[in-house]
Amino acid sequence: MLRILINALRTGVVTTGYPAQPSVPPERFRGAPVFRSGSHLPSPAVCPTGAISEQFDAGHRHVALDLARCVFCGRCAEDPWAGAITMGREFELAARLRDDLRIEVVDDNAAVSATRAAPDLQAERASSEIQRVLGRSLHLRHLDAGSCNACDWELTALLNPVYDVRRLGIDFVASPRHADGVVVTGPVTRNLETAARRTVEAIPEPRLVIAVGACAASGGIVGEGYASAGGVDKVLPVDVYIPGCPPRPEAIIFGILVALGRLDARRATPM
Amino acid sequence: MADPALMDALRECVGGSLDAEVGPRPSDLTLRLARTGDLPAAAAVLVGAHSMALATVVATDETATPEGDLKVRYVFEPAAAGAPDRFVTLLISVDAAHPEVPSLTTAIAAANWHEREMRDLFGIVPVGHPDPRSLVVHDGWPQGVFPLRKAFDGSRRVPVEDAPEFPHLAAEGEGVFEIPVGPIHAGIIEPGHFRFSSVGETVLHLDARLFYTHRGLEKRMEGLSPLDAFYIAERICGVCSVAHGLGYCEAIEQIAGVNAPSRARLIRSIALELERLYNHVGDLGNICAGASFHYGTATGARLKERLQQMNERIAGNRFLRGLVIPGGVRLDLPQELLGVLAAALKDTLAGIDGLMGRIEANPSVVDRLDDTGVLRHQAAVDLAVTGVAARASGVDRDARREHPHGAFALPGPPELHVATGSEGDVMARVKVRALEARESIRLIGEFIRRLEPGPLRVALAGPLPGARIGISAIESARGEAVHWLRTDALGRVERYHLRSPSYHNWPAVALAAETAIVPDFPLVNKSFELCYSCTDR
Ligand code: SF4
Repeated sequence: MLRILINALRTGVVTTGYPAQPSVPPERFRGAPVFRSGSHLPSPAVCPTGAISEQFDAGHRHVALDLARCVFCGRCAEDPWAGAITMGREFELAARLRDDLRIEVVDDNAAVSATRAAPDLQAERASSEIQRVLGRSLHLRHLDAGSCNACDWELTALLNPVYDVRRLGIDFVASPRHADGVVVTGPVTRNLETAARRTVEAIPEPRLVIAVGACAASGGIVGEGYASAGGVDKVLPVDVYIPGCPPRPEAIIFGILVALGRLDARRATPM
Repeated sequence: MADPALMDALRECVGGSLDAEVGPRPSDLTLRLARTGDLPAAAAVLVGAHSMALATVVATDETATPEGDLKVRYVFEPAAAGAPDRFVTLLISVDAAHPEVPSLTTAIAAANWHEREMRDLFGIVPVGHPDPRSLVVHDGWPQGVFPLRKAFDGSRRVPVEDAPEFPHLAAEGEGVFEIPVGPIHAGIIEPGHFRFSSVGETVLHLDARLFYTHRGLEKRMEGLSPLDAFYIAERICGVCSVAHGLGYCEAIEQIAGVNAPSRARLIRSIALELERLYNHVGDLGNICAGASFHYGTATGARLKERLQQMNERIAGNRFLRGLVIPGGVRLDLPQELLGVLAAALKDTLAGIDGLMGRIEANPSVVDRLDDTGVLRHQAAVDLAVTGVAARASGVDRDARREHPHGAFALPGPPELHVATGSEGDVMARVKVRALEARESIRLIGEFIRRLEPGPLRVALAGPLPGARIGISAIESARGEAVHWLRTDALGRVERYHLRSPSYHNWPAVALAAETAIVPDFPLVNKSFELCYSCTDR
């Protein structure tokens, strides 16, 4: 026992200061891809998850990136597109609206800017209500709806001594009846659809549904298929989408705080 | 080719001439059985006198080819320590109009799930299989629809309909209780349903139902360029990202006839050991959680977090995704990163020693781990159990030695010290895991010492050669994973199958749980530390 105490004292405090202090990911970290308007952007076929799409209109090629689908593999930023796309280090990507995760770039004309989605007033109102009711303390249930377990391990990491989200008033509970909301991972498999619905229905209102990671946010690499719904919002209404494959723990903390209205969500911005 | 005694014995059981060829790899052998009825005898020869183990079973739909049939390949591998790197495949043709094969399960227990899976996904009926229940497709799945048949369009959702309750296997008798747990669990863990039959606290029987996370990934990969499908293979399982990415790459590289450069192989093996290390260290902590030893839990979590932060520095991803790539590796390990890595490993080694010291010096923890959740040696052999679970029950097998991959396939590879135990209880699995974590640290040092400047990848431009098979076996943190990949005439993925280590280990958890009490189940389960996602796919 004494040894344990001595070891604990010697280890000291290992907890991060995020979000009060910013977190700077390491140099090689692959965050949101940055598309350079006016450069030669790749064809959608380069992206293994279909995160890149194109549209032609009036002689212009519009190339769009869907951050909810992106698995941050870095393939589109490799040669020969290395100049047109770079992997940025931005990871605080959570958004309330699925559309806010769609970034549009016009390939051959840098001057034309993308349109910006109008703020959804109803979502804003709901969020201020949630902030009022749940703002300071949030109890979440985890719901694995068919993930590869990477997002789940990052949720577990939120409770480790480094991230320790309890310091932010956030905790995970064993029963949906005790929860204010749910963090869902995975694309919602056919075999879990009923269990997923029942779990969410068991959470008292008002409740938050947070889709964690590419599979939950959009279907990710799984997409829609005989065994998969292709994303949580195909089955249940989603309040916040957190991109990433998996999102790093700080990105999940950011998303949860966005859901609570304690931080501002990412907004589709004109480029 | 193969040893003459084996060939003679097989010739005898098929009654005459043997249709044998070399393949998929030059050291492998494929035997085509003209009569499906000869399968049980031929399989018995392999697992009996020639002490082989079932490695994987792969069904394919070839109804659109001139042969117009379904095929099943039963792939075996030697079970002895240090046996030559070889797979022996028994290949049978199945009539698509009457898709029936003799079941091997009563003789070879490891065939159980493989046979139920091919019945669900291909409609191939294992005649004589003792368990008629579905495995992969769950309640309300439409009758007569087999998702891995080529004619089935897998890209649309199949609606969920109300269905009668799944018939769980439960013990009956006075004072026997049924305890249902899951599929959604109380903690942050993967989904599965466990049905305990217990008398008081003692577990009489455990019926585990999995495949809740079945995403149809094998079907999803079909028709894609193997290079595009890589990103799916790398994401079948979070904590096996390196192992599965690597196994898939080795299968592609075999098909393409290319060799990853030696610097790439060393970096791949460093990544594979880093993956084993963060898993094992985290698992030691999680086992402490099962024994309510919170200091151990926090220490394991902290050590694991340190390693995952290291992963992010090396690969740009905390699960090391994006490092291994078909043809080699995407990123180099420059000198300054190696320095940081060495420091992290040094701390980790000290941390493991400290944690193990505290576990072993704590009688209340030791008492929970000793003699709990015993997996007997013979059961481990019969179920073809793999990885830590097998080695802790005295099965001396490790795919890094048995099927050399990564840097172990280079000339003059470093020696691998395979840790084994004999008790087969939670404590044995804890000790084997700690020894393996230390061995991983030592091996990473060895690999780093061998790094020479050189190319990181060979060009692998599509399309790949058509109608070829690649097979590989990788020692992941959970044990041996077997990858089987075949390209179609245009070089696209025609069929991919992953037999994950957990696929063979899950039935062993149920057996081990039957030596425990209900409150010890989380502890037993964590000591096996199995993946659901790579089992369910
Ligand atoms: S980084 Fe994202 S957008 Fe680029 S190829 Fe990968 S998944 Fe697609």
